[in-house]
Amino acid sequence: MVLKGVTKRGVYYDSVTLMIVSKRINEMEGVTDSSVVMGTRENKAILKAAGLLVPEFSPATDTDLLISIKAGSEDVAARAVEEAETLLGEVTKKQGRQSASAPRSWTQAMEQLEGANLALVSIAGRYAAAEARKALEQGLHVMLFSDNVSIEEEVVLKSYAKSKGLLMMGPDCGTAIINGVPLAFGNVAGRGHIGIVAASGTGLQETSSIISNHGAGISQAIGTGGRDVKKEVGGMMFIEALKALNNDEDTHCILLISKPPDNEVLEKIAVEIRRVKKPVVAIFIGGNLEQVRRSGAIPVADLEEAALVATNISRGEDVQIVKEKLTERENEISVLAEKLSTGRKGRFVRGLFSGGTLCDEAQLLLKGAAGYVWSNTPLHDDYRLKDPWKSKGHTVIDMGEDAFTTGRPHPMIDFSLRNKRIGEEAADKEVAVILFDVVLGHGAHLSPADELVPAIREATAAAPGLLFVCSVTGTDGDPQNRRNVIQQLENAGVVVMRSNSAAAMLTGKIIQNIAR
Amino acid sequence: MSINDLFNKPLKVINAGLLSFREDLDQLGVDAIQLQWKPPVDVDSKAIEKIASNRDRTDAANARALNIVLEGKPMLTGLDVAEKVIPRMRKNLILHSGPPIAWDRMCGPTRGAVIGALIYEGMAGTVEEAKKLASSGEVEFAPCHEHSAVGPMAGIVSASMPVFIVENEAHGNVAFCTLNEGLGKVLRYGAYAPEVIQRLKWMEEGLYPVLRSAVERLGKVDLKNIIAQALHMGDEVHNRNRAANSLFYRTVAPAVVETAPNKEAAVSVLDFINGNDHFFLNLSMPAAKCCLDAARNIPCSSLVLVMARNGTDFGVQLAGTGDKWFTGEALVPDALFFPGYTKADANPDIGDSSVTETVGLGGFAIAASPAIVQFVGGTAEDAFQYTMDMYEITAGENNVYQIPYLNFRGTPTGIDVRKVIEKNITPFIDTGVAHKNPGVGQVGAGVLSAPMEPFRKAFEGLARAMS
Repeated sequence: MVLKGVTKRGVYYDSVTLMIVSKRINEMEGVTDSSVVMGTRENKAILKAAGLLVPEFSPATDTDLLISIKAGSEDVAARAVEEAETLLGEVTKKQGRQSASAPRSWTQAMEQLEGANLALVSIAGRYAAAEARKALEQGLHVMLFSDNVSIEEEVVLKSYAKSKGLLMMGPDCGTAIINGVPLAFGNVAGRGHIGIVAASGTGLQETSSIISNHGAGISQAIGTGGRDVKKEVGGMMFIEALKALNNDEDTHCILLISKPPDNEVLEKIAVEIRRVKKPVVAIFIGGNLEQVRRSGAIPVADLEEAALVATNISRGEDVQIVKEKLTERENEISVLAEKLSTGRKGRFVRGLFSGGTLCDEAQLLLKGAAGYVWSNTPLHDDYRLKDPWKSKGHTVIDMGEDAFTTGRPHPMIDFSLRNKRIGEEAADKEVAVILFDVVLGHGAHLSPADELVPAIREATAAAPGLLFVCSVTGTDGDPQNRRNVIQQLENAGVVVMRSNSAAAMLTGKIIQNIAR
Repeated sequence: MSINDLFNKPLKVINAGLLSFREDLDQLGVDAIQLQWKPPVDVDSKAIEKIASNRDRTDAANARALNIVLEGKPMLTGLDVAEKVIPRMRKNLILHSGPPIAWDRMCGPTRGAVIGALIYEGMAGTVEEAKKLASSGEVEFAPCHEHSAVGPMAGIVSASMPVFIVENEAHGNVAFCTLNEGLGKVLRYGAYAPEVIQRLKWMEEGLYPVLRSAVERLGKVDLKNIIAQALHMGDEVHNRNRAANSLFYRTVAPAVVETAPNKEAAVSVLDFINGNDHFFLNLSMPAAKCCLDAARNIPCSSLVLVMARNGTDFGVQLAGTGDKWFTGEALVPDALFFPGYTKADANPDIGDSSVTETVGLGGFAIAASPAIVQFVGGTAEDAFQYTMDMYEITAGENNVYQIPYLNFRGTPTGIDVRKVIEKNITPFIDTGVAHKNPGVGQVGAGVLSAPMEPFRKAFEGLARAMS
């Protein structure tokens, strides 16, 4: 076994690019382990832990690239290094499409792209606030995708943006649809008259997709980042976005999505809602409906209902139609649950989610049937899994959380951890149902079913009674095509429900039936 | 501005970070460009806070310092022998380029030039004697920069060498520089063969007296004026001096003819200047030096007044940190090499000639000099981008030196060390390349980006000077 380390001084690549390169190198024959990372202190610690650190790396800094290869022979290691360089060279070429003129500062970028109006910032968190600030100073609206930005910095950025009349989405804002353009992890939804403000990424994706799939459309979908409705930030951007949608002629109906805001913040939001002349539908996932009603918004119980009610209003249809649709959904679920409950071997549900809000919603909707479930992001702190890598009883985990994403891509991009976990859950004889989400759209894996289906087939072969239930968040306009993905999953025996809400409700019913 | 403005216009995105996001936008047909973002330099966080809290003071100090630099009026007022005019110059002192360095750490070309200078001064008869003397401690070494002087490449100045005297009329200070020997096997590139010494002797006995009389006759020569015109004629007055040299020649020729003792003397001097395109480099350098020196000792100023290399270390001095040097390892330039030589032969970056970049010329003005773009990748677009990048790290733009291609925009002038650190962009420098062994000479010419280390130290040093 040989360990080979090469330092490339003064070059910089983003983490996703490097993870893709690492993955390709790891797939090479004869390569045992490898890593291609920037020489930050954190990365060096990770390399050390993985046994991939060589002494030559010690003087490296944030702008040095480290290539580390563990391989069967010197020859293979050398070829792997060469391959890494080739792959990175391709990336450089792609970046270099604008070659010499590629801007190195916000001022240069502003000169080159006349009329630039939005900055999409996804650099490492500790640098992100400073860059977002510079973008705001240039008069750009900002979508800050990066996480690991402190709440203090968030407050400063948002106060500054507000004083300049600019939109400051994020930090940790994963998705938005502005002027019909899905940004970062966004779905291709139809344009229309529903405006969304969401302090919840997958909540925004789920509702905008359902709205689009029902033939209605989105005027603007604004993400704020999950912390916006916390006391410290005071709902600053949530409220600014709400005001902007109120002033927007193309928006006829407004949908608000968030975890339950801080009480003071909710009061501020309520004051604003009362000023809005348009119908406002609100879902505070896990909050109580009475709060919403008092704020003057129309309360809804789950994300699908939220999307359906908004669709209904934007179309000017009779409220009765939504009620009928929801009753229809309930009946469908009951019938299906009855059918699927027989022949199950185990009794527990294991939820494996890539979307944080979808995970929260599933826990809520399972509560009636299964009580609080174990999770790494539990509804009640007593139910926090000590070890998120091991399930017990009813467990529903968010695999987009830090424990699963440090040093590797998000589960919407990289299915390896989730597939591994499916295998582990299938080996547990007490498991009856594996519930999961599949999130489509730009930024997500281009053929998720190709990744999931082999793992599901393997698990089904090992545990014939095991049931797979899921929903697919996305539209047929997404690069993956929702219909195709559903077809592939159904062919593998997966029960694909129309929404995350429906999938969780069905699972709850099945669990209840089994317990009976 | 309001959020609703965003809704009513086509979306145009600047993407900083994940490249895939821009590719998605491309696919969707959205106008988007990628920012070439690099993490800022890793510096002490206390220094960052200190510098940030003094932002306004530093801005004001820099405005003052830059103004002094821009006001500078460099005039060639005469020539004399080093020992007579350079402050604290003496027989056993040898000046060199870059930050201070002792004999044992000197690079090949500097050692070679020291050997040549000792032979030239008659202090050593052979190379061996010269080496022995140089390492004996009897000969002292000091940076040119600490004696109001500058020297290209090894930058060696010894007591009896003739020097140009350049006066900054706006501030009264003076700078000195030896006369340029030409290209190839020359002392400043570390060569010390008999013909090298012979040429130096001729320069002392043939060139110097004639040129001295001619400049005396003219009274003074306005160097700023020549440089400004040369920039319009394709020079950046560091790696290309052809236009400036022609202008200088045109200025002095009548006086040379008028004052030379005979026709042969006049012809030999004019032929020498005409045949050496880099003759003017030894005037553009002291011209830059005297403008920069006038801005020394302005508290809190983060303006770079010295960037100089001795072939081992790269040194920086700031307006706000007095005479303190901040150094780091000098890098080997990317270069075009003369036939028979490669990068393996090259010595790390060397010389005080980066004084031109420090004042907004050379690499900073390379967009004005399309004739030398082969040094920077071959296209005018590349040269343009290098100059554009330098605007990112400078405090202002030159009021006199202009770039025709940029609609006569002033050259980026006055390096602000804060911006170097924050943007992780180091100064871009044109340079000649010396062979790493003593006695060989020049092997190529090229460009390089300065190392970050001395700037990082200077940034932290400035923070310390503030407390």
